[in-house]
Amino acid sequence: MPGATGVEGVAKLSGGASQETWRFDIAHPAGRVGAILRRAPAGYGAAPGRATGLGNEATLMQLAYEAGVPSPRVLHVLGPEDDLGTGFIMQRIEGETIARKILRDAEFAEVRPRLARQLGGIAAGIHGIARSRLPDLRMMASSSEIAELGREYRSFGWPRPVFDLALRWLADHDPGPPEEVTLVHGDFRHGNLIIGADGVRAVLDWELAHLGDPTEDLGWICVNSWRFGEIDKPVGGFGSREELFAGYEAAGRTVDPDRVMFWEVMGTLRWGVMCCGMMQRFRQGPDHSMERAVIGRRASETEIDLLRLLAPRGT
Amino acid sequence: MQDEPTPVELTKAVADFLRNDVAPLISGHQAFKLRVGINALDLVVRQLTLSEASDATEAARLAALLGSAGSLFDTNRELAEQIASGAFNLATPGLKEHLWQTTLDKLAVDQPNYASYKREAGREDGDA
Repeated sequence: MPGATGVEGVAKLSGGASQETWRFDIAHPAGRVGAILRRAPAGYGAAPGRATGLGNEATLMQLAYEAGVPSPRVLHVLGPEDDLGTGFIMQRIEGETIARKILRDAEFAEVRPRLARQLGGIAAGIHGIARSRLPDLRMMASSSEIAELGREYRSFGWPRPVFDLALRWLADHDPGPPEEVTLVHGDFRHGNLIIGADGVRAVLDWELAHLGDPTEDLGWICVNSWRFGEIDKPVGGFGSREELFAGYEAAGRTVDPDRVMFWEVMGTLRWGVMCCGMMQRFRQGPDHSMERAVIGRRASETEIDLLRLLAPRGT
Repeated sequence: MQDEPTPVELTKAVADFLRNDVAPLISGHQAFKLRVGINALDLVVRQLTLSEASDATEAARLAALLGSAGSLFDTNRELAEQIASGAFNLATPGLKEHLWQTTLDKLAVDQPNYASYKREAGREDGDA
């Protein structure tokens, strides 16, 4: 950053073996600039599994910013001369990411009813980014995703008949390839949205971004696990699917509600399988933590949500 | 025969001590972890209290559905396979009721405060 005179207030926000997040301030004659560093130490640059890699994350964040999606500006992409591994520095945006605060605290009361619609517009912005500008991303298709979830579930060796019911339903209702393959954020939900009293200020965490059916993002944000008790407001506990769709369509895109339902079921099952996966990692170590263990007991939450979607009572 | 106090009484006493005497002294991330731990102990108490009865009724439903008895693990695995193969579906008599009851019994132990559970457990018609 030209003219910067130093770095102050460095603090590690989170970090595992492969990726770290740091906050700090850039000292500058024109005033301090809040910044965030996301980096993978040298030797950990290769993206494990589904992760798209920090280089792609920086590119996508910058593309989102240029497309008018609320997003931090990327200030610097790490190079070999920085000797910090791979990663990037972005502008730090103030606001709240904790769902329970956003859904309960008075300072968000006024903006809450507007968020479902705003999120529709933001999703449309993400899906509208020209494919020719995108970096190299993995392609995800509904049919292979069903197969992968099924494989992962069976690898746990623990029968969950409701998961089999969901897998069967997904196979029977697979809508096939979308009309248009687009950029998919891949984790568009609470925790990855910085929200202030004025609305959504930033979309974060492009780690799971890929090419695929744009409807996936709309289904994922409707998964009941992200409603935090506000179960009659499907969109993150903020509002209705109709409001989400209205915001999406106002931005010039179309929605097929059946497709959204398909991806909501897929997302609910995926979160359930992820909960089971946490339990496996607890057992196999090295992260033998109590938090991971108890998340295994949250898979049943997705079972009741799958039944509410696929076999509602009183009908 | 193992002696008293029972595992339920012991676990409950430990959970109450942590909740009432230790939690107020701790803050920050450790307080969060302590809360997770207390919740886990409460879960264990619920399981020890509730699962004998719910396991028995689940086994009876599975035997009726499958026409054969076995361990809960084996009969659940067989049911899962029957659903996966398409041999059983929501039109299969008793299947929907079984899945609902089994799931409600799991949530009663795992997460009785989960909003979906409270809504469904509170339904008066219970007409699965």
